[in-house]
Amino acid sequence: MTEVFISELMRSLKSGRFTFTGELEPEKTTNLTRYVEAAKKIKDYVVACNVTDNPQSFAYISSLVASYIIQRDSGLETIYQITCRDRNRIAIFSDLLGAGALGIKNVLALTGDYTTLGDTPQAKPVFDLDSVQLIKMIRRIVDEGVDMNGKPIESPPKFFIGAGANPNANPIEPELIKFEKKVNAGADFFQTQVVFDIEKAKSFLKETSKYNVPVIIGIFPLKSYGVADYFDKNVPGVKVPKELMDALAKASEISDKNLRRLKYDEINLNYFSSFIKELKKTTSAAGCHIMSVGYEEIIPPLVEASR
Amino acid sequence: MIITEQKSFEEILKMLEPFSKVFIIGCGTCSTVAQTGGEEQVKQMAEKLRGAGKEVVGAVVVETPCDARILRRDTRNLKDAIESSDAILCMTCGAGVQDIVEHIKKPSIPALNTKFLGIIEHIGEFYERCRACGECILYETGGICPIVRCPKGMLNGPCGGMYEGKCEVGGYKRDCAWILIYNRLKEIGMLDIYRAYRPPRDNSRLNVQPREVIWVKT
Repeated sequence: MTEVFISELMRSLKSGRFTFTGELEPEKTTNLTRYVEAAKKIKDYVVACNVTDNPQSFAYISSLVASYIIQRDSGLETIYQITCRDRNRIAIFSDLLGAGALGIKNVLALTGDYTTLGDTPQAKPVFDLDSVQLIKMIRRIVDEGVDMNGKPIESPPKFFIGAGANPNANPIEPELIKFEKKVNAGADFFQTQVVFDIEKAKSFLKETSKYNVPVIIGIFPLKSYGVADYFDKNVPGVKVPKELMDALAKASEISDKNLRRLKYDEINLNYFSSFIKELKKTTSAAGCHIMSVGYEEIIPPLVEASR
Repeated sequence: MIITEQKSFEEILKMLEPFSKVFIIGCGTCSTVAQTGGEEQVKQMAEKLRGAGKEVVGAVVVETPCDARILRRDTRNLKDAIESSDAILCMTCGAGVQDIVEHIKKPSIPALNTKFLGIIEHIGEFYERCRACGECILYETGGICPIVRCPKGMLNGPCGGMYEGKCEVGGYKRDCAWILIYNRLKEIGMLDIYRAYRPPRDNSRLNVQPREVIWVKT
């Protein structure tokens, strides 16, 4: 039987090609033009692009609607991120059917950051499901065409199902067991939390290669020292390496705006192209997820430099 | 133990504004231990209320105001004083206040905020340990409750917000419940339980409110 590809992302990962994915974070707006334009710019360099679901618990435009519009207007396939923080299992199920109707092909199933980290800390945290349970729910929708209680869905949707993982986790053993749980629940691919330390990526890939599920390693090019500093202090569980921070801090002192921009780009291209080359050369990584939110212009030169 | 905190005196006075004669009921069990509604606190409250111009017509510390039988027993001889009051100030948990409301037809004012079911490490140091969720899974989690100790109530291991064994909520000061669970299960040789998939909870059984337990004779 010939394999049916649910999405371009699935086709690319199954072919064994080193696959790049991008990420867009539409904010408090109803105008997605800027994100559609960004998607068009990176379209020839990434296979698909994540659209975030109220990241860090900031209340933004619906990720389902944004995933649909960006995919429709840019022609770049999206990866619809769905978290358990704001919706119970009824609402999530309903959104998944909606996503199917709108032609969304890929989903990334996440637990979601806690409510109090965001801009609406008074909100009721839902967390009716966790990420493992959500993956299992989507798997059943796709494979069996049924809801959580086994009731049939008329024209069930097909999704290529993604999961998150964190190679930085310390201790790592509980995270590895969770990875296994996600594989058993039915994850088709993984996209990891941002990794800066290549050794962490290597050992994580070594531990998880036995499951034969594609793992896309997350990286985060840092547009400026300010972004790096914010990232270092505010993104749960990730620290920017000191040498990178120092280089960016030094670049931030350049007074000429254009020269400063060039230096920032150079630092990023150097650091991350060697990182990606090393991934390609020595690991089983299926690809690289470039989370350059607000810095999409780095993706084309970075992908070129990593060839 | 039910852990309570006293409301600010300003808030209590504001609720008591329409009333001049006050009867105080304290709690001889949880609120005594938490030092929010025991003999000493009831006495202090009576003094403060008098200082604020209220007439305190009586006060009692009921052994367990949340037990209707004990509440009736301990207030039986105080009927006249209670009858002469305009309002009851309840230095009890929310269950106590509502039991008092059921039995004494007077406006009842809560003097405490009910916080949680917890343990007492030292006086003045209380930790929540049980959410009274109705379906105990402590056997599966090495005796550490993820419903109460993980802000997200995760059931299948730590989330991405765990850093060096600490939780993203509250700035990495508190232990990640799932790391505690992992370490504990490893220690007692029960890691197989940790690996098992844990399905979503059945909220149709857990969360139908309000909950009741009624023994049926067999």
